Amino acid sequence: MSSAHVTPGSVPGPKLAAHFASLEVQKHAARLGMWLFLATEILLFAGLFACYAAYRFLFPEAWAASSRSLDLTMGTINTVVLITSSFTAAMAVHYAKEGKNKMVGHMNVLTLLMAMGFLVIKFFEYKHKFHIGTLPGRYYFYEGIQLPGAPLYFTVYFASTALHALHVVIGMTVLAFATVRAYRVGDFSANNYTQVELGSMYWHLVDLVWIFLFPMLYLV
Amino acid sequence: MTPSSSIAAPGAAVPGHEAHDDHGHHPSYLTDGTTVKSWLLTVDHKRIGIMYMAWILLFFLVGGIFALLIRIELLTPGPTIMDAMTYNRVFTLHGVVMIFLFMIPAIPGIFGNFMLPLMLGAKDVAFPRLNLLSLYVYLAGAGFALWGMLNGGLDTGWTFYTPYSAHTTTTVAPVLFGAFIIGFSSILTGMNFIVTTHTMRAPGITWFKMPLMVWALYATSCIQVLATPVIGLLLLLVTAENLFSLGMFDVARGGDPVLFQHLFWFYSHPAVYIMVLPAFGVMSEVVSAFSRKNIFGYRAVAYSSVGIAFVGFFAWGHHMFVSGQSTFNAGVFGVLSMLVGVFTAIKVFNWVGTVYKGAVEFSTPFAYFCGFLFFTVFGGMTGIAVATVSLDVPWHDTYFVVAHFHFIMVGATIMAFLAALHYWFPKMFGKMYHEGWGLVSAALIILGFNATFIPQFLVGNAGMPRRYYEYPERFQALNVASTAGASLLAFGFIIIAIYLTYALIYGKRVDNPWNSKGYEWLTMSPPPTHNFIGPQPTYPEEPHFYVDPKKAQGEVSDV
Repeated sequence: MSSAHVTPGSVPGPKLAAHFASLEVQKHAARLGMWLFLATEILLFAGLFACYAAYRFLFPEAWAASSRSLDLTMGTINTVVLITSSFTAAMAVHYAKEGKNKMVGHMNVLTLLMAMGFLVIKFFEYKHKFHIGTLPGRYYFYEGIQLPGAPLYFTVYFASTALHALHVVIGMTVLAFATVRAYRVGDFSANNYTQVELGSMYWHLVDLVWIFLFPMLYLV
Repeated sequence: MTPSSSIAAPGAAVPGHEAHDDHGHHPSYLTDGTTVKSWLLTVDHKRIGIMYMAWILLFFLVGGIFALLIRIELLTPGPTIMDAMTYNRVFTLHGVVMIFLFMIPAIPGIFGNFMLPLMLGAKDVAFPRLNLLSLYVYLAGAGFALWGMLNGGLDTGWTFYTPYSAHTTTTVAPVLFGAFIIGFSSILTGMNFIVTTHTMRAPGITWFKMPLMVWALYATSCIQVLATPVIGLLLLLVTAENLFSLGMFDVARGGDPVLFQHLFWFYSHPAVYIMVLPAFGVMSEVVSAFSRKNIFGYRAVAYSSVGIAFVGFFAWGHHMFVSGQSTFNAGVFGVLSMLVGVFTAIKVFNWVGTVYKGAVEFSTPFAYFCGFLFFTVFGGMTGIAVATVSLDVPWHDTYFVVAHFHFIMVGATIMAFLAALHYWFPKMFGKMYHEGWGLVSAALIILGFNATFIPQFLVGNAGMPRRYYEYPERFQALNVASTAGASLLAFGFIIIAIYLTYALIYGKRVDNPWNSKGYEWLTMSPPPTHNFIGPQPTYPEEPHFYVDPKKAQGEVSDV
């Protein structure tokens, strides 16, 4: 493994920025900043959850009927894919702490592949909806469910899944950076793994949001 | 950008300045690199603060000019200088610019950025590059918003209420999107301040030895981080609604406009405290420095900042008393809103307790403190009044409410902004302004502000609705008085602009003209690039620690 060439001095270690007292503080600051950022992300989705709750209360029948029209199989597969990708993201952190840079890269590539798989499945779901007309707001033309509130359900559905998909893409970008660095620079080690850790934290959030969205939208 | 004695500030030798007598051998942050690039790409929190200042003052000017246009239009009952549609656009632009581009970022962006690390004995904020990014994100958002407002403008008012904002043909989407982007900047600054406060405190500065300005900024940052994402989402949804008619808040498609109001005020009510909490922080510093006394009830003042931030999240419903909310909800929100008054009163009594038996130096910042005290108490009391459902129903959407929120948000914040500007001007630039002109303009501004908004309380109580273009004859006298007050106010600001610009160029070199004991004065003025030269200062005493000059030498003030 790449740990063979990890000897003091030969690898560009963690850099201490001039304004921090110590590496310990710097790492603490980075982690705290990420936690705060993740809190804001959860609150961003919380607004959508509030919309969902309010309209589900107003249109219970439309909500139940529309929810049943979603493809539960695809949703379930996607959930499994995403949870598995969270595992590989966590393994990347584990290997980063051991300085096994190649394994960090491999794990991240697996995560990225699963993320791509998730998006592909999502794409087919979207395509099907465009085809049958279960679309948000004024674009709704599905004959199967003619209840007041059904177009609104799909407004909420598309708003939340699209926002989530956007986060998947952002997460993939973040992970891609760590992957490139793991393969090309290979300087992750027991005292320098913040980038992998933060990327993986972000990925867990993407996963977590989906774990809320899935029962909300598919299972009711 | 290496330190060099050839670019040292002139006349730097300050007597009685043994802590850092290598003055003149180190460039200050202002002179360390003078190229445009060294400013635009800086990661120095002080330079970022100064750049915020330049932009925020510009936006303040824009918002102020539009305020004057509104007041001129309302000089006569009928059309005066513009048509009705232009008037709608002008008051919307005034609101959007003043709220999103001035009031929210003003004190944290300028004085928070500049002072927070100095007050914590840190070399910079925790994430300097993120700090620079937040400035440019803010400018990008401002660009979007202003572009939209100049290309067509919008007539929704700054509250963007649906379903109207979803249907109006004016340019809503770019302004909403601009406000969304500005929200990002707010979140980034808030995160940065929270992490800085947690991780960057110098040895010796414990949580209860932090200056009260830091406590206020910390509480503000918590609100920014917790509330802004919600309005971010809401603005995105309304933008989509406006562009694609998704029906999210449109009654015709099953949507609920009241849900919009809930989500909007869930941010926008705490946003009031984003504007006013930093102002409270500034005032705690100023009142202590100019009474030459340690702040009375330090912990109560610190906790009440956190208390306001907390209860501020449970008060949004008082904006919706007439929206069809249940009487029970209205009552609950009314009581929760009044709790804010309790926490504010704790602060006010402690400030008054600080002044009591202090050795008051009646300088310009202290003059603004006096104005601030009046506006906070008066604005706060009318706040209790409008939180009472039975009173709010007749006052709702009248000029009474306009006057109330201008008193508490604008009055208090502007007073603190100007106090901060005068109190920290020597810290930021190492120059001193003319004290006489400072007091004259302070008097003009406090007088002008009262003359502008007290008539609005009266005209609102008499029933004049807000945002109306024309009004009945009988309201004219009070409207004329209000416009006259606004011109006094404008005159005061012009004087400040003149003497501060003069001081910037020709002002006398000073280091700590107030003999302030605030932590931020432990380094030279203006500070060097990494804030401290030589060893980091030690912090054996609490902040705001003053020896009472009226007592025997060396004896410590007893409060």
